[in-house]
Amino acid sequence: MSRRSLTLLENLANSRTQTRSVTYMPRPGDGAPRAVTLIPGDGIGPLVTNAVEQVMEAMHAPIYFEKYDVQGEMSRVPAEVMESIRKNKVCLKGGLKTPVGGGVSSLNVQLRKELDLFASLVNCFNLPGLPTRHENVDIVVIRENTEGEYAGLEHEVVPGVVESLKVITKFCSERIAKYAFEYAYLNNRKKVTAVHKANIMKLADGLFLESCREVAKKYPGITYNEIIVDNCCMQLVAKPEQFDVMVTPNLYGNLVANTAAGIAGGTGVMPGGNVGADHAVFEQGASAGNVGKDSIVRKNKANPVALLLSSAMMLRHLQFPSFADRLETAVKRVISEGKCRTKDLGGQSTTQEVVDAVIAKLE
Amino acid sequence: MSRRSLTLLKNLARNSNASSSCIQTRSVTYMPRPGDGSPRAVTLIPGDGIGPLVTNAVEQVMEAMHAPIYFEKYNVHGEMSRVPGEVMESIRKNKVCLKGGLKTPVGGGVSSLNVQLRKELDLFASLVNCFNLPGLPTRHENVDIVVIRENTEGEYAGLEHEVVPGVVESLKVVLSLKISFVIESFDFDVTRSLENSTRFVPGVVESVEVITKFCSERIAKYAFEYAYLNNRKKVTAVHKANIMKLADGLFLESCREVAKKYPGITYNEIIVDNCCMQLVAKPEQFDVMVTPNLYGNLVANTAAGIAGGTGVMPGGNVGADHAVFEQGASAGNVGKDKIVRENKANPVALLLSSAMMLRHLQFPSFADRLETAVKRVISEGNCRTKDLGGQSTTQQVVDAVIANLE
Repeated sequence: MSRRSLTLLENLANSRTQTRSVTYMPRPGDGAPRAVTLIPGDGIGPLVTNAVEQVMEAMHAPIYFEKYDVQGEMSRVPAEVMESIRKNKVCLKGGLKTPVGGGVSSLNVQLRKELDLFASLVNCFNLPGLPTRHENVDIVVIRENTEGEYAGLEHEVVPGVVESLKVITKFCSERIAKYAFEYAYLNNRKKVTAVHKANIMKLADGLFLESCREVAKKYPGITYNEIIVDNCCMQLVAKPEQFDVMVTPNLYGNLVANTAAGIAGGTGVMPGGNVGADHAVFEQGASAGNVGKDSIVRKNKANPVALLLSSAMMLRHLQFPSFADRLETAVKRVISEGKCRTKDLGGQSTTQEVVDAVIAKLE
Repeated sequence: MSRRSLTLLKNLARNSNASSSCIQTRSVTYMPRPGDGSPRAVTLIPGDGIGPLVTNAVEQVMEAMHAPIYFEKYNVHGEMSRVPGEVMESIRKNKVCLKGGLKTPVGGGVSSLNVQLRKELDLFASLVNCFNLPGLPTRHENVDIVVIRENTEGEYAGLEHEVVPGVVESLKVVLSLKISFVIESFDFDVTRSLENSTRFVPGVVESVEVITKFCSERIAKYAFEYAYLNNRKKVTAVHKANIMKLADGLFLESCREVAKKYPGITYNEIIVDNCCMQLVAKPEQFDVMVTPNLYGNLVANTAAGIAGGTGVMPGGNVGADHAVFEQGASAGNVGKDKIVRENKANPVALLLSSAMMLRHLQFPSFADRLETAVKRVISEGNCRTKDLGGQSTTQQVVDAVIANLE
């Protein structure tokens, strides 16, 4: 009797995460394969991008990767890689290791600036079956990606004194606000929260807020409010369910995205990407520049879930919704079953074991 | 231990049933391009009979959702000799059209405007998705069939001529040409030669059915591409090649060639009479079905009927450049006058087709909301029109859908 109920329980649990049949009429030729630039990167990068390659192969997804080796120590991203991304319009990458201090600027940031990927998007949500201290988390952090504290304008005034310029422009603030409200409109989100520190940086963050308020007027159906960044960090860990879509300048966005990712399950599972008017680069949602500890790389225990879910976002971006649904469902089933988890989720599995489990669960 | 697990199980089952009956929209990770939210223009043709009633239902729901589309409405009626030039221009500009049925007179000399539209825009594939809606009881379970029907040739070529009074022959002309403009001129020659031939006399009418390799190949390609993109496992070709060996044989040949390029998808063939019987006996064996024009019409209507009726199945017509969305099966059926007078037409089919249209225009979130609201209304069962066994009017169903929007 109890054996039967166990099987019934398993079936019920599995039926929760079923792929839903979606009525969809593709255009003739929609199934033609698309090229995607692939940059494995440093550290755990090659491990997790290889995971994505294996799963795409198993699904017979209509994409093929053009792989390029780029390392964080290079002074610039090679021209052939930029050309490839400009041709394909879509890129998937692992992290590029940015040296602390020194004179070498981050290649991750360089890529975003050259392709003008002005919006960075991270979706932080509770995965069913993954226990966390916070429930009902479903936050999308939309972060301005090209200016702010990341302008890279630093100079030594006199030996021993360094100034770092933070640049806020109306142009960039307006377009990130427009993107955030458009995202909320297209995805049926009810609220957009602007994160700032305009009580201290009255002009810079004040300009950011002004731009957000102007755009908010055009979307009367969406609630708009503002929150100071320190209060925001406290509210995130106290009552995360109050947040929906958050729009932030560059640095605050980095911190808020990492905090939101942490409360919802960790940076190893949150998907995200960078988008501009013409191109899109998909990578691990938060902390994309974090290439992991050497010990994780040696033991092959990196968490591929974040990049797998980001590649599902990429499939949707390329208009292959059915493949995206299959991939997401398989990944969510593996997580909810709980047998196959890497160290950051409390388990002991290797990357390859997670990949095999995902492939086994594909429909 | 077992008693407790039994109660737990019952609770779980009840909860999962409850959650499936209040069908939840699923949160989808999606990163739009900047500018994806700008409104799109869609040509709207209300049509005849129940057409204006159901297209007005779609307009109301789109308004309530603040969907990023706006309609350019044109009045077209089935008695017109052709679709007006300005309407065609509008569809060519917008690339997407939503229409109600246009009433085609039986017999007479006026050709169907529905067919004319499909030919002029070269909408070579017609797609109907027939599936059981949760909460709507039918005699058949587990129905999820997509019928992909060739839309431009076959028996609908419109080539008929009277041979002798009272006698109609159906000739099959088989061509192996790959270029469409050559085919059209050949059709013209065939008609001419048949008309001028001294074999034929008044009182005998021949209807020429044309099957070409070009059209068969592209419909087969579309059907397999559809199956590939939507994770469907099987494609079934429907034919009558035992009788019409050359014509339907050519269709089958084209399907087999395309099937070789998709080794992951099962391909089989079924004769149309057996197909009709299997549809009503064991519909769960069918997945995607690819058919020539006339069989497709019959198979689509049968599949729609077993899954809940032509009032609820969504569908559309697509070509390389344009797409026209309308009620899935029996799109030309404009309904009885009584239904029009009492405003009791079923808007569900056109609402679900407009959800397909929203996905076609890349607004998946709005499409999901609309489909979820419609499915909730149907599963609750309070608000159903006469064809589903209820007594509601069209407006009541629309209000219920709008109330159920998230």
